[in-house]
Amino acid sequence: MLTVRDLHAYYGKSHILQGVHFTVGDKEIVSILGRNGVGRSTTLKAIMGDPAPSGEITFNGKPIAGLKPHEIARRGIGYVPEERAIFPALTVEQNLLLGLKPGQTSGRWSIEETWRLFPQLRERAEAPGGALSGGEQQMLTICRTLMGDPDLIMIDEPTEGLAPQMVERIGELLLEIARRGIAIVLVEQRLVIALRISHRVYVMGHGRIVFEGTPAELMANADIRREWLEV
Amino acid sequence: MLEILFISTLNGVLYGMLLFLMASGLTVIFSMMGVLNFAHASFYMLGAFFGFEISRRIGFWPGLVVAPLLVGAIGMAIERYGLRRVHRHGHVAELLFTFGLTFVIQEGVEMVWGKLPVDYRVPPSLDFPAFTAFSTNYPAFKMFELLTAIAIFAVLLLVVRRTRIGLIVQAALTHPGMVGMLGHNVDRIFMLVFGVGAGLAAVAGVIAGPALVTQSNMAGLLGPILFVVVVVGGLGSLGGAFLASLLIGLLQTFAVASNASLAGLLGPLSPSAKQQVFLADIWNVTVAQVAPILPYLLLVLILIFRPRGLMGRRES
Repeated sequence: MLTVRDLHAYYGKSHILQGVHFTVGDKEIVSILGRNGVGRSTTLKAIMGDPAPSGEITFNGKPIAGLKPHEIARRGIGYVPEERAIFPALTVEQNLLLGLKPGQTSGRWSIEETWRLFPQLRERAEAPGGALSGGEQQMLTICRTLMGDPDLIMIDEPTEGLAPQMVERIGELLLEIARRGIAIVLVEQRLVIALRISHRVYVMGHGRIVFEGTPAELMANADIRREWLEV
Repeated sequence: MLEILFISTLNGVLYGMLLFLMASGLTVIFSMMGVLNFAHASFYMLGAFFGFEISRRIGFWPGLVVAPLLVGAIGMAIERYGLRRVHRHGHVAELLFTFGLTFVIQEGVEMVWGKLPVDYRVPPSLDFPAFTAFSTNYPAFKMFELLTAIAIFAVLLLVVRRTRIGLIVQAALTHPGMVGMLGHNVDRIFMLVFGVGAGLAAVAGVIAGPALVTQSNMAGLLGPILFVVVVVGGLGSLGGAFLASLLIGLLQTFAVASNASLAGLLGPLSPSAKQQVFLADIWNVTVAQVAPILPYLLLVLILIFRPRGLMGRRES
């Protein structure tokens, strides 16, 4: 479904991504692991077109490298940034409605469904997005992207800074997304959730992929974990 | 005294609303695109000259509609074919671009209309006193300016609050990148906002031109005040721009109407004639004489004591 080959990206003169390659199959959950600053977030951003990537990115068989972010989104890739990017002055409901693309009515996800999954968001539908707690904001930002009915959703560090109970709920939401046939690319620091729900994992180091395999293979490979994951 | 208070308040609010017509566009453009558009006051000047040209051929009313549309289209073209390209080279290039644009527009206006004021007059249909307060006849045209500005403000508020495009604009004020990644064409929104901002400035030009002087230096005179409004209000804050527009409008109008001086204020306590020889002038300068300095003084004070402006969110 998504194929990335020899992806390079720069911030100014720093060469952040130095030939990243990975693939995501239909309905697959893939995690990209690694320490801070190795280029995991930049990989997702470059796929969305900002920073401009060089290399080959194909989605559903068509090249998307060089397209603008909104064009890439309209092809069916959803993106949830690490910083969440909630529109603080807009209400929770308005935030969700902006997830709908121009001309789109409703897809696999609707606003009612968001309310059903997260009653606490419904209670705060009229509250400004900026007033939500960190966990609520994380749910809102994922649900907002789901409103656009993507075929693949890329989520950057969804559990960062959240309480353990909230982390569990995010894990459940990810499984729910996958059950509906949406592929997921997850960037994570916490191995627990990522290893539990992923079909395959990649490990990044210094702007490259240094390991690929199943969660079980990663658990069996102590060298890789020591060199690239453990702090 | 009451008369001065009443008339000055009305004039101050009017001046403030005209400032807001321009400051609103400037501040929204800044929040969304990060561009401090030096050429914004030039759109105001273009509006006045286009309005003048149309009014002398067809009439004032067609000018009120057509001139802002023309200027809006010019604004969109400038964004689409100029600013968007320059944007890739960073903010300094953008600033220089809009700075250069002010000269291009000014020289262009001087080539066509010359350096002297043009004869842009209040239309006969509005050339009568609206009412007489105490002994002053308040011109109908000024009331028309005030009502037009308020009407546009109301429509703008409605569009921003109630329509989907308004929601997208509001969202893009804080996270333009995210708006794009949700599938909205941010470039087109930028172009639209730039065009509407230019058009609003032009409306201000069309309705202020006949009341003030329509001349090729009018952008240069107004531009600095506009920046004071936007910085005092807080870069990127619409509410702040509204507050600061009224504040500066009232401040300047009241200052001009006041003839208080230090000597008058201190009354009998003021230094005797002998002592006054030293620093003699300071004691007798009236507020009206220092009126032009006041907005800039306010700017300096705000930057020292509240750098993010009255209602600004960010520090930069």
